[in-house]
Amino acid sequence: MSNTSTINSQGPLLTNDGVPLKESLRKSLRRTKIRSFLLILVPLLFVLLLFVTPIAQLLSRSVDDIKINEAFPLTFAQYEVWEDKSILPSEEMFAAVINDIRITHKIENSEGRNIGKNLLGRSGTRMTYEYSGWRSLLLKTVKEAIKVDKKSKEEIKPYKWDAPYKERMIKRDKRWGKVEFWQSLGAMKDPYTMGYYLNAVDLRYDANKNIIQKVEYLRVYKTIWMRTLQVSLMVTIFCLILAYPVSYLLATLPMRISNILMICVLMPFWTSLLVRIVAWMIMLQQHGVINDTLVTILPCFEGMVNLPFFGATNIDLCFGDEDRIPMMYNFTGTIIVMTQILLPFMILPIYSVMRGIPPSYMKAAQNLGATPTWAFIRVYMPQSVPGIGAGCILVFIVAIGYYITPELVGGKDGLMIGNFVAREMQQTLNWGLAAAMGTMLLFAVLALYWVYDKFIGIDNLKMG
Amino acid sequence: MRFPSYTTPREKLWHYSYRTFCGLVLFFLVAPLIVVIPLSFTNSVFLQFVPEMKIFSFETWSFNFDGYGTRWYKEMLGICDDNTGTTVCTDRWMIGIKNSAIIAVFATFFASVLGTLAALGLSNKHMPFNRLIMALMISPMIVPLIITAAGMFFFFAKVNLVATLPGLIIAHTILGIPFVVITVTASLAGFDNNLMRAAANLGGKPIRNFFKIQAPLIAPGVISGALFAFIISFDEVVIVLFLGGPEQYTLPRQMWSGIRNEISPTILAAATILVIFSILLLTTLEMLRRRSERIRGVSPN
Repeated sequence: MSNTSTINSQGPLLTNDGVPLKESLRKSLRRTKIRSFLLILVPLLFVLLLFVTPIAQLLSRSVDDIKINEAFPLTFAQYEVWEDKSILPSEEMFAAVINDIRITHKIENSEGRNIGKNLLGRSGTRMTYEYSGWRSLLLKTVKEAIKVDKKSKEEIKPYKWDAPYKERMIKRDKRWGKVEFWQSLGAMKDPYTMGYYLNAVDLRYDANKNIIQKVEYLRVYKTIWMRTLQVSLMVTIFCLILAYPVSYLLATLPMRISNILMICVLMPFWTSLLVRIVAWMIMLQQHGVINDTLVTILPCFEGMVNLPFFGATNIDLCFGDEDRIPMMYNFTGTIIVMTQILLPFMILPIYSVMRGIPPSYMKAAQNLGATPTWAFIRVYMPQSVPGIGAGCILVFIVAIGYYITPELVGGKDGLMIGNFVAREMQQTLNWGLAAAMGTMLLFAVLALYWVYDKFIGIDNLKMG
Repeated sequence: MRFPSYTTPREKLWHYSYRTFCGLVLFFLVAPLIVVIPLSFTNSVFLQFVPEMKIFSFETWSFNFDGYGTRWYKEMLGICDDNTGTTVCTDRWMIGIKNSAIIAVFATFFASVLGTLAALGLSNKHMPFNRLIMALMISPMIVPLIITAAGMFFFFAKVNLVATLPGLIIAHTILGIPFVVITVTASLAGFDNNLMRAAANLGGKPIRNFFKIQAPLIAPGVISGALFAFIISFDEVVIVLFLGGPEQYTLPRQMWSGIRNEISPTILAAATILVIFSILLLTTLEMLRRRSERIRGVSPN
């Protein structure tokens, strides 16, 4: 019996190696922990490096004003000493701009390649976001302030870009004499800015870096944020209204039949998003299936009728070609298509919760004297709330960041914030603004994700 | 439907209107997909039903299939012999399918391996930061695609991965990982750890035990996760729009530009094939689910 562990009444419990059991268990636990950690390591590093880092860098881009501060250090230093910002700055500031251009223009990177020209170009782009016209003004000035002799490749200073700068610069381009251009520099004077975030909610900095409202005609983003919220909420509510009865039916029918009906729910879920959008285009367009059907089947009656109380009235009950309802490339289109696309996300969680509710509860409630409706409201519905919560958060999370559907079927008044992120990324190239809007969207989604994880748990996420 | 004798007419009415409502919702879900199929077989250049497509005439009481054919399927396959010149006939669709398949296969492979590893590690309840790591691994599914695409665009541009096939494969792998993690975690939840203990007790080496005992039992979870990853990659367009160069023309990207620019019924042919494809996938998944239920039925739990 020497091989079995011995129970010693005086000492601790020992395993057959003579190690205390507690110690041995701890060791084995540590081993499993290390093994699990090694298993996770590669996927975790992969996601951290290639997913979290890019997004973190995107976030940093939304506050980043370092580049322009590298390009115009003297100018921004002069800006600090510019006292009365309602009149033009002094000669020193004009000189600082030209000096900055000349110095920056020659900046080289470690390999000896010139990066200054690029930096100036990007600064111009950045400045245009604050006051339109800056880019062309700056590039024109750069071109004229730095003249390179074609033969010797030496830089020559043209006479007109010499002191007194103020007088000569205004003479070359009247825009240098506009105080608004100078004032707009204030928003960029610090290497980190909240300017992009302000821009994303229709605010801006004034010359003294106070936060003020944008001019009326430039206020666009607030509407977009409100619309994004509106679309997401409407889609969530419509999905809930449509999904709840269907989930109840699926949960109460015998498994055999409900499995067949479930195919109707899962098939769109598994079909390509673009296919579904094409399908809806065929259904909803001006000469689409729905409008054609309406025109064909609705009765057409037009003419004078002698009505009691009203007398002779002209009644036009015709649904003709001119009455076709515009359902595509507008707000309605976005709502209809998104509701259909996201409906399975609502049905599946509600269904899986409802499957777990014993039908006997409803019977018991009715046995105790409740009407079927009352029993449903008081007994069944409260138990299905977790499913409703899960479905609503899921649909809302997915809806709020939608891009493809609004882009293809939204026309002008169905666009959401995701579309504007893409627009700033690809067309306007205001990457800072795109990053700021993306960050705000991301935090909204992460907050909801946190709520979902807290109350429902991500590991309870069910698919199919 | 037979009702008990005490059912009031109002209850009957309620019952029927409820069923009708549910029927309409299910119809709303499926109808658009079914409409695509007949339209893809027309010879017309319009994306709508026109009178020529009527297959049954009440005047002559006869069928007429003249408006139908496989013209758009041929165009999709790049067979341009009877091209009437209304739309450009190219083999871009085939290139798109090929590219999509390559990207999806690689992304699915990597996502399945990484996702399964992560799920196995996360199944250890004693692991510190278990929940946090889980949330992190699933986050690519939650973060809006447009943000992922924008972030990856800037990051990949720095490391020269933009407009390359590896770049897209990496991006799609990341999108696929959460699905594998979720399905494998679900199948591990039903896994009885005593089986592994018993195997170890009987002298099996850990690796051999994993492949002989754990792997076959979680295989349905891995495969359905892989199917999710595949379909996510095969259907993904936002990342491709941001990261893909002219060489990386995938099927969804081709459909995207088809919808935006030259609306031709070729897109319907592609859509029909994808609908059939999704039905096949759904069937496979359902079979896997039944199989996993059967296996669990015999497990000690």
